[in-house]
Amino acid sequence: MIRYAAERLALGVLVVVGVVVLTFLIARVIPGDPAVTYAGPRASKAQLEQTRRQLGLNQPVIEQLGNYLKGIASGDWGTSYHTKRPVLSDLRTALPASIELVTAGLFLALLVGLPLGLVSARFKGRLPDVLIRIASVIGVSMPVFWAALILQLVFAQRLGWLPAAGEYDPNLYYTSPLTSYVQMPTVDALITGNLPVLKSSISHLILPAVVVALYPAGLLARMVRASVLDTLGESHIRMTRSLGFGDRAIYTRWALRPAINPVVQVTALVFAYSLANTFLVEAVFDWPGLGSYAANSLQALDTPAIVGVTLIVAIVYVVLNLLVDIAQAAIDPRIRLR
Amino acid sequence: MTAVAAAASEVRRRGFVRRNPTLVLGVVLLGLIVLVALLAPWLAPDPADAGTATHPFQVLAHPSSAHPFGTDLVGRDLLTRVMYGARISLGIVIEVLAIAGLIGIPLGLIAGYFGGHVDQVVMRITDVFLAFPALLLSLAIAFVLTPSVQNMTIAIAVTWWPWYTRLVRGEAASIATRPYIESCRTLGVSSPRILLRHVLPNSITPVLVQMSMDAGGILLTAASISFLGLGAQDPTPEWGLIVSQGAQYFSTQWWFVTFAGLAILFTAIAFNLIGDGVRELLDPKRVISR
Repeated sequence: MIRYAAERLALGVLVVVGVVVLTFLIARVIPGDPAVTYAGPRASKAQLEQTRRQLGLNQPVIEQLGNYLKGIASGDWGTSYHTKRPVLSDLRTALPASIELVTAGLFLALLVGLPLGLVSARFKGRLPDVLIRIASVIGVSMPVFWAALILQLVFAQRLGWLPAAGEYDPNLYYTSPLTSYVQMPTVDALITGNLPVLKSSISHLILPAVVVALYPAGLLARMVRASVLDTLGESHIRMTRSLGFGDRAIYTRWALRPAINPVVQVTALVFAYSLANTFLVEAVFDWPGLGSYAANSLQALDTPAIVGVTLIVAIVYVVLNLLVDIAQAAIDPRIRLR
Repeated sequence: MTAVAAAASEVRRRGFVRRNPTLVLGVVLLGLIVLVALLAPWLAPDPADAGTATHPFQVLAHPSSAHPFGTDLVGRDLLTRVMYGARISLGIVIEVLAIAGLIGIPLGLIAGYFGGHVDQVVMRITDVFLAFPALLLSLAIAFVLTPSVQNMTIAIAVTWWPWYTRLVRGEAASIATRPYIESCRTLGVSSPRILLRHVLPNSITPVLVQMSMDAGGILLTAASISFLGLGAQDPTPEWGLIVSQGAQYFSTQWWFVTFAGLAILFTAIAFNLIGDGVRELLDPKRVISR
């Protein structure tokens, strides 16, 4: 088991190095003249020359790559153009908000997707199955940015049931100031027992979390259905059936457990996917996470910031995958031997 | 005899529809969208509005019989723009699948068939690409290129090929050890010929299934990139771009955003239904249980 974990870890490190090299290629090699991308389209000749020297573009590419790798490894991710602060410290403030949003979204998705998938499998081919399958196809086909706009218009602006944007009511900054530990208002409010902020932040979280949940909920419902149906077709289930066990026992004791492993894997995969999808959600709901930071950076043609966001999400993804692989190997010894 | 044959084929046809409702529904829906795309110049109320035309006196007009989907902020008919948008979106999906297939399939064949160091190198490269969520990597690439439909297509294709390499590689590796391939080699058949004539045809099916399942995702990725301003640019009637243009007018001019978004949703649904249907159709388990 330890050997398996070590192998996975080594592979993960290799992938992260590759990821850094790929972002280097994107930032420095694909654009004809990276100095133009960095300095902006309206830069003068002298400014361009200065940027070139600053970025070390007069050195050979291999040397540039070496310096870039060294910089990333030592925590120097460059300086953002639009915030004028180190990219890494920007990311450190933005990432928690996104993780809060995505976690809430995935929690909703699991809450809805798992039972729907089970019901769908149980009533295969009948009305509940048909309805759930239609709903899940709509969920995975939904353009998130559009869903975000529609939900915001209907539930915030027209019906006024929920707040339209932000993390929590700014009036509370003064009446019940929040001490921040992890930069996630709901969690911080929970730790410090700040009830007004907790209430406000949860109501602000609902709409964006629902939008984030759409795709994963549809995906999970489909996955669970397929996976349970696969298991139901296997001989050990037919065996238990012939022994006289009822549906309830079969579903809760035998059909569900083998279906869990792919669900865990998909959830981890979809976490990183949703982290990228928040680019579209956060901008609409003015949620101060990675997505808003990325959207502002896109507008400001802020290459170091974009590269930073790309890197951090890829690294989160690699680490998550690593953890899932190791957890699954711990649960299921067959995986280690493969 | 012909009547009997016709009746038999009728029964078989109905059986196909009943057994594959998702596939049939998806094909019908996509067929309609393709039809709109092809016939846009004849169906659209005002084809010039797909381009740079402006009508200052009918800016942001409500949906009416003259403009069923309303007009946008320079007075262009939105029905026309949504119809022409189908051409762009379908074109992007087809091009991305073609480019990703052309890069991914040969690499997978070579990696799987030859194995060894080639295999290791190709697979580690795909590992790196697959460490990014597709939307993120294509956004980053589109960001450093000049924003246009073409560059966005390239950016998406560059992030999409590794999936196909993975799939083909697995198939090709298992086929490479089969006796008939070994006998080909013993007979002195050249490697390119073995790959093209024997390995490729036997490993292509899962890739085609995967491609049909990916089409919806590609469509959504492209619309998202355009929504963020890194894809299609103004006169182009791309759906994601139309939604982003309408976003700031949404609270008062609901139609601007609504119809373009619905077009994306329905096209993605059509693709996803076809993907599901194709997978079910080719699923070996289903054949046995039938």
